[in-house]
Amino acid sequence: MTAQLRPLLAACPACVAAPHDGAEQAPTEARLALSLPGIHCQACIATVERELNAHPGIHSARVNLTLKRALIEADPDVRVADLIPVLEKAGFEAHELDLAALAATQNDKAGRDLLMRLAVAFFASMNVMLLSISVWSGASDATRDMFHWISAAITFPAIIFSAQPFFANAWTALRVGRLNMDVPIVLALVLALVTSLWETFLSGEHAYFDAALTLTFFLLAGRYLDYRTRAVARSAAEELAALEVPRAIRLLDGDEYEVPVADLAIGDLILVRPGGRMPVDGEIVSGQSELDRSLLTGETLPVFADPGLAVSAGEVNLTGPLTIRATAVGEDTSLHRMADLVAIAESGRSRYTSLADSAAKLYAPGVHILSALAFAGWYLYTFDIRTSLNIAAAVLIITCPCALGLAVPAVTTAASGRLFKKGMLIKHATALERLAEVDTVVFDKTGTLTAGTPQVTNLGDHARADLEIALALAEGSSHPLSVALSRAAREAGIKPASVQDITEVPGYGAEGLYRGSRVRLGRAAWVGAEQGSQTAAWLDTGAGEAKPFDYTDALRPGAAEAVAALKAAGKDVLLISGDTTGAVEDLAGRLNISKWVAEALPADKSARVQLLADQGKKVLMVGDGLNDTAALAAAHVSISPASALDAARVASDIVLLGQDLEPIAEACGVAQKATRRIRENFRIATLYNVIAVPLAIAGLATPLIAALAMSTSSITVSLNALRLR
Amino acid sequence: MSVLAYLIPISLILGSVGLAAFFYTVRSNQYDDPEGDARRILNDEWDDKPKP
Repeated sequence: MTAQLRPLLAACPACVAAPHDGAEQAPTEARLALSLPGIHCQACIATVERELNAHPGIHSARVNLTLKRALIEADPDVRVADLIPVLEKAGFEAHELDLAALAATQNDKAGRDLLMRLAVAFFASMNVMLLSISVWSGASDATRDMFHWISAAITFPAIIFSAQPFFANAWTALRVGRLNMDVPIVLALVLALVTSLWETFLSGEHAYFDAALTLTFFLLAGRYLDYRTRAVARSAAEELAALEVPRAIRLLDGDEYEVPVADLAIGDLILVRPGGRMPVDGEIVSGQSELDRSLLTGETLPVFADPGLAVSAGEVNLTGPLTIRATAVGEDTSLHRMADLVAIAESGRSRYTSLADSAAKLYAPGVHILSALAFAGWYLYTFDIRTSLNIAAAVLIITCPCALGLAVPAVTTAASGRLFKKGMLIKHATALERLAEVDTVVFDKTGTLTAGTPQVTNLGDHARADLEIALALAEGSSHPLSVALSRAAREAGIKPASVQDITEVPGYGAEGLYRGSRVRLGRAAWVGAEQGSQTAAWLDTGAGEAKPFDYTDALRPGAAEAVAALKAAGKDVLLISGDTTGAVEDLAGRLNISKWVAEALPADKSARVQLLADQGKKVLMVGDGLNDTAALAAAHVSISPASALDAARVASDIVLLGQDLEPIAEACGVAQKATRRIRENFRIATLYNVIAVPLAIAGLATPLIAALAMSTSSITVSLNALRLR
Repeated sequence: MSVLAYLIPISLILGSVGLAAFFYTVRSNQYDDPEGDARRILNDEWDDKPKP
C-alpha cells in the first residue's frame, strides 16, 4: 500500500488532501483477527498458517504466539465464520476478535517510547560510568578534565531525551501547585547537571554526571516495569472485550444483513436468534420466546416474551427467534445509561491516594527543605557559593527517590504476575493496595456465586415412566432448563421414551404425542399449573396433575471455598441479589452466609455499598451483571468474572479469567503481602538515606559514595520485591 | 596516554552502533512476538531459500 502511494505523493504533494484519491483507496483488503487460545508450539504455528494461507481469498496470515492470535489480511468478502471451521477441523479452537476493540494494543507507542528512553539512558550511563571509574581510580589534571568534558557531552543530550517523562510529570504537578515524586527528581537532575558542568569548567574534582544518568536509568526501569504490568492487563482485558464482536442481523425487505451494531438506527428491524443477545433497546414485533434477564436484574427466572414487550440491550433470547424494532441505539440504550452511573462513581474512587503518592507527599518537601538548609548552612559557614551549591546538589542526588521509584512497581509487577498465573487480571494500578485493606466482601448471586446453569433438584420424586417422557421432550429443545434436565436424566441412566412429533413452542415449552395422548413439558401456565416461587419446568403427561421439575442454580466452582476462606480471614461476607427471596435465602443457606438481601434494585445495591463505605468499611464487591455495575464502581475495590457484561468488567479493578472463584481469597492474601513488601521497601530506601545523608550534609559525599548508595538500595529493593513470587 | 584519543571514540562509536541496532529492532516490531519468534526457528519451511 505504501509503495503504491509514494510515487503519487512525490509527483503531486498538494493532491494528498484532494478528494480524488478516495477512489484509489477503496478497500481491496480486509484485516481480520482470530483468538487461538489452544496454540502452544512451533507445529501449531505452522499448521495454522498453512491452513489459513491455503484458504481462498487470504493474502497473508501470521500467528502471534505470545498473544495467541492470528492476524489475517484477506479479500473483503472473506468471512471469519468460514475460517473458524477450517481451523477447528485442524484441531484448533478459534474465536473471532473485534479488531476495533484491539486497536489500542496494536500500536504500543507509549511502551516503545519508554523502552527507547531506557536504552539511551543505559547506553549513556554505561559509557559515563566507564569514564567515572577512571576518574575515581586516580585520573588527574588534564585527563580528569577531559573525561569530565566527554561525560558532559554524553550526559546532556542523553538526559534531555531520556528524562522527558519526569520533566513532563513534574511540570504538570507544579502547574497546579502540587508536589509529586517527579519534582525532587527533576530538581536533583538539573542541579546535578548544572553544578557538575560548573565544576568541570573550573577543573573541579567531583562531577555527578554518572549519578544523574544512573538515577534516570533506574527510575525509567521502574516506570517501564509499571507500564508493562498494566499493558499486559490492559491487552488481556481488551481481548475479552474483542471476543464479543458487536454484530446484529438487520432485516430489510425480508432479507437478512449482518451489520455492526454501531450502524443500527432507531426504527430498524433486527432479528435476534435464540442464544443471541439484544444489541439495542427495542420492542418485540414478532416471535415468541423467553428472555434471560439475569445479567440486567439478577433474576434467574426467564421472562415470557411476546410482541409488544419492551426489551433492553444485554438481555439474552432463549428459545425462539425474535424480531425487534429498535427504540434506542448506541449511547441511549439502558446499557450505556448505566455506564454514566459508573463514571459518576469512578470519580469518587480517584480520591484514593496510593502509597507512592502519600510517600511522595512526605518525602518531596522533606528533601527540598533538607537540601535548602544544607545550602544555607554551608553558605553562612564558608560564604562560598560553589561549595554550598555542590553540597546541596549532593544532598539532592543522594536522597533522590531512586529506590522509592522502584519500590512500588517492582512489588506490583511481582504480585500481578503471580495473580495472573492464577487467572486474575489486575487492571487498576492501585487495585492491590486497595484490595489489601478490604474487610467486607459483597457478592452478587446470579452469574457470580452461581454459574448461571440450572440444576434439577427433584429428579428422584418422579416415576421412571414420567422421567422417560420428560427426557424425550427435553432433548427436543435447546432451552437451558431442558438441557439441564436431559443431562441430569441421562446421568441417572434414563432412556428417552418414544414420543412422536416433538415440536418446540417458543416461549412455552416442548410438546409431542406419546401413545396417542398429548404430552407437554414447559411453563406452568401452559400445562395448567400454578407458578411457584422457584424455577420449575412442568410435565403434563395427559394423565393426572402436571408435575414440576424444580431447579436451583449450580454453584460456581470454588464459590464455597472462597466464601469459607474469606470468612476464615476475618472478613464480613454479604450477599446482595436482585433475585427472589426464596432463591437468595436458599443460596445463602448453602454457602453459610448469614447476611443477605434479596430483590435489590441496581440503585439499592450501590446505595448499600455506599452505606457500608460510610460506616468506614472497605468493601470488595464481586459481581457480573449490569445491575451490579454501579455497586462495582462505588465499592472500594471490585472484581468481576470474565463472563460478566463488558460494562461490569470495565467498572471493576480485577477480572477473574477462569471459572473458579477460589483465587479471590488468595488474592486478598497476596495483596496484603504486597503492601507489606512495599512498606518494607520504603523503609529500606529510607535506611540508606539515613546513612548517606549525614555524609552528604557534612560535605564528605563523593560521586562514588552516591553511586554506591543508589545502586545498592535499588538492587535491595528489587530483590525484596522478588520474594513475593 | 595518546591511545585514549583512539580508544574513547571507538568505544563510543561501537556503543552507539549497538544503540542504533536496538532502535531499529524496536521500530521494526521485532519484540511483538518473542515467544513465537523463538519457536519459528524450529520450522523447516523456507530452510532452502528465504520467504519471498
